[in-house]
Amino acid sequence: VTAATVPHEVHAPAPSGGGNLFLRAGWIRAAWMFCLFGAIGLGLVVVFRWWAGWYPLLDPAPVTLVAALVSAPLGFLAGLGAFDYWAYYAIGNPTRPEDHSGHGARSWRDYFRVNTDHKVIGVQYMVTTFVFFLIGGMLALLLRAELARPGIQFVDPQTFNGLFSVHATLMIFLFIVPVFAGIANFVVPLMLGAPDMAFPRLNALSFWLLPIAGIMMVSSFAISGGAFACGWTGYVPLCSTHQPLGAVFFNQGVQWAGASSIMTALNFLVTIITMRAPGMTFWRMPLLVWANFTTSLLVVVATPFIAGSQFFSMFDHVMHTAFFQADQGGYPLGYQHIFWFYSHPAVYIMMLPGFGIMSEVIAVFSRKPIFGYRLMALSLMAIVVLGFSVWAHHMFVSGMASWLRVPMMITTLLIAVPTGIKIFSWLATMWEGKLHFNTPMLFALGFLSMFVIGGLSGVMLGAVPIDIHVSDTYFVVAHIHYVLFGGSVFTIFAGLYYWFPKITGRMYDERLGKLHFWLTFVGFNLTFFPMHLIGVEGMPRRVADYVPKFADWNMFISLASFGLGASTIVFVYNVITSWRNGPPAGDNPWRAMTLEWQVSSPPPIFNFDEIPQVVGSPYEYGVPGAKHAIVEPSRTKEPEEVGV
Amino acid sequence: MRRGSILTLVGIGVIAGGLATAVALLLPWLPHPAAREATRIDLVFWFVIGICIFIFALVAAALLYIVVRFRAAPDDDSDGPPIHGHTGLEIAWTIVPTILVTAIGIFSAVVLARNDALGKNVLHVDVTAQQFAWSFSYPDSGGFESATLRLPKGQSVLLTLHTKDVIHSFWVPEFGQKQDTVPGLTTTLHITPDRLGTFPVICTELCGLGHAAMRSTAIVMTPAAFAAWVKSQSKTSAKG
Repeated sequence: VTAATVPHEVHAPAPSGGGNLFLRAGWIRAAWMFCLFGAIGLGLVVVFRWWAGWYPLLDPAPVTLVAALVSAPLGFLAGLGAFDYWAYYAIGNPTRPEDHSGHGARSWRDYFRVNTDHKVIGVQYMVTTFVFFLIGGMLALLLRAELARPGIQFVDPQTFNGLFSVHATLMIFLFIVPVFAGIANFVVPLMLGAPDMAFPRLNALSFWLLPIAGIMMVSSFAISGGAFACGWTGYVPLCSTHQPLGAVFFNQGVQWAGASSIMTALNFLVTIITMRAPGMTFWRMPLLVWANFTTSLLVVVATPFIAGSQFFSMFDHVMHTAFFQADQGGYPLGYQHIFWFYSHPAVYIMMLPGFGIMSEVIAVFSRKPIFGYRLMALSLMAIVVLGFSVWAHHMFVSGMASWLRVPMMITTLLIAVPTGIKIFSWLATMWEGKLHFNTPMLFALGFLSMFVIGGLSGVMLGAVPIDIHVSDTYFVVAHIHYVLFGGSVFTIFAGLYYWFPKITGRMYDERLGKLHFWLTFVGFNLTFFPMHLIGVEGMPRRVADYVPKFADWNMFISLASFGLGASTIVFVYNVITSWRNGPPAGDNPWRAMTLEWQVSSPPPIFNFDEIPQVVGSPYEYGVPGAKHAIVEPSRTKEPEEVGV
Repeated sequence: MRRGSILTLVGIGVIAGGLATAVALLLPWLPHPAAREATRIDLVFWFVIGICIFIFALVAAALLYIVVRFRAAPDDDSDGPPIHGHTGLEIAWTIVPTILVTAIGIFSAVVLARNDALGKNVLHVDVTAQQFAWSFSYPDSGGFESATLRLPKGQSVLLTLHTKDVIHSFWVPEFGQKQDTVPGLTTTLHITPDRLGTFPVICTELCGLGHAAMRSTAIVMTPAAFAAWVKSQSKTSAKG
């Protein structure tokens, strides 16, 4: 076991940058380099097309793809300074290896710079992804407004299809996947007793890829023909050759988000393997660290597959290749296989970090050790392995080889077993505990009950005959929202409330937190439970219009969804006011044992003044005299936070 | 664990299970089947629902009991007992779910095989999907075309599905069965209608702007009426 900590007595100077305002890394350079690189991309396309004799020279598809979606964002990153260190190194200029000027945040402006501090990056991730969560949520409310009554009222079908496509894409690629990376960015190095992530510059780069991906997805509404409107699954040939240019924004946005995800996952793997404090064996790691370790394994293996599927689909669209064009010998089902080979593991990428958060929250607020710690860790590994063998359960009615259905059904049903182990172990952890119902715990309990429903409807969908009947209906919509909202989003809220005092040094308002929980819990169930019923009865998903017999339920669902959307206002208000004016939280308000709570709130700039020595399990609640680690109290403090 | 707590747990479990059962039974959420395949699918449905309600009641009972029974007093800063695990219990909640899901798997596989097995005297229908319409033709009777799907009651029907453009999906909720149409592939779907009536044909795979409107009608007729209809259609198409 190795660990690395740099002793720091003084603060590094604030990033000076120096030199010309126009040339030094920052938003001004980002702006002109964005334009410059866009122009270079445009020039490349024109020159190549002229050279090859393809007319018109300014074909919108390749121009948009190369200039706007690839080279201009690269110029933005370069201008912001994401590549400065590597560029200096590559051309032989002196680099500044001992300069920690990229660490820490002294004012709100530091959150808008390329910052290499994992805590700053964590906050950047959480805030950015939450903005996209709000946008995605608003798109959902718009489409619920359209669905409140049968017929077409507010939006035309292309816009409607765009609404649910962008909604899903934002929620998946710009909220759930990266917000977990944000929480883990803040918490995992602290939990390991490490001063930072293994590759801080890579960490900064992977964050800055995200806003690019998100803006790309949202801006597709503004271009001619409208946003991509083929669902977040982007099935071909609908999405490759039957869609306006917006589809390319989806293909390419997924690449940016996917690259971000892969880089972060590599960073987590190396950090967790090499930067654990002395004594922190794998079997002493908190389950949140285990969860992010297994998630990262999934990400690095699976994410390249969705990148491949989107490249091929985009080539079919822009370059008129025929990877998935049946009339030219392509194979449309090939897309679905490659897509789901990522996108099913992606469900676990969106779930395992939440499992980690649950284990922390439930142990702390039950004041008891995690029940069956090793089986909890092993069940995560079992999910990783089994997760790669179930993808074709999304394709039971797709026309794939029919013999594949029964084996895929068996693995799908079996993956419920490790998931069940986790549910039962959490219940046993709470059994005979001393339960404190603070907001994180309420969301944890909400998660347990909702996720059981989502898991059970997953078992139903795993059974091929049932799946044949309900696939592509609202039953599936209900199922994925019970898993991703009742599951993932509830764990995200639990985690955000749980670490809020650590991140900001201030305590959130408990009454508002509880109000937020109850509004969300009730609104969520009223919105999504009826979808099971109308789905089985015959309402297909992804339709702008439906038969009158579903009118009452849809009106009910739409009204409930507006309530659910409004509940988020309580959360946003609570976070903003508490961040500015909340009472000081103290270092360890939850009396937790894991390492992040043993340092000041917010943590000092390099986390630990002395390397902690880990001596035991992180969950020894109730064991007299038990210690997880020996930690020197923080001497250096983070400068006062400036708020949002 | 004392006897009192077991009794309370069972009590809550029965109530939670009862509520879930009431929702499952009282709300009319399964379409009234109109094909033998749908009846078999319903059987799997209720089998799995039963298991799900059992598990849900178990978890809900434990959760509610825990929330009420183990709530700490506001000023109670003590910890719970340091229980780290129980090997027997952990084995049990690995084995029992494995058995349950295996049972679901076997039952489903059997139903799947039976639903795919053709009966004697199969009627063939070619289904063609395109943005945003269905058409049906009857190769056994000269290949005439129809915009509605008419089927005789009680006969095994094999639909052969094609698409002219993108992926669509053929679904009649009352028949239970569903199948995508894929460019470049021929897919099939087996249905044995067993109830007279008119049912919606719905496209369930997003296929573009008119996806919601891509509907047709399936009409299940008595064999005699069907034969008469086929005869009239063959004549019309021969004339045309």
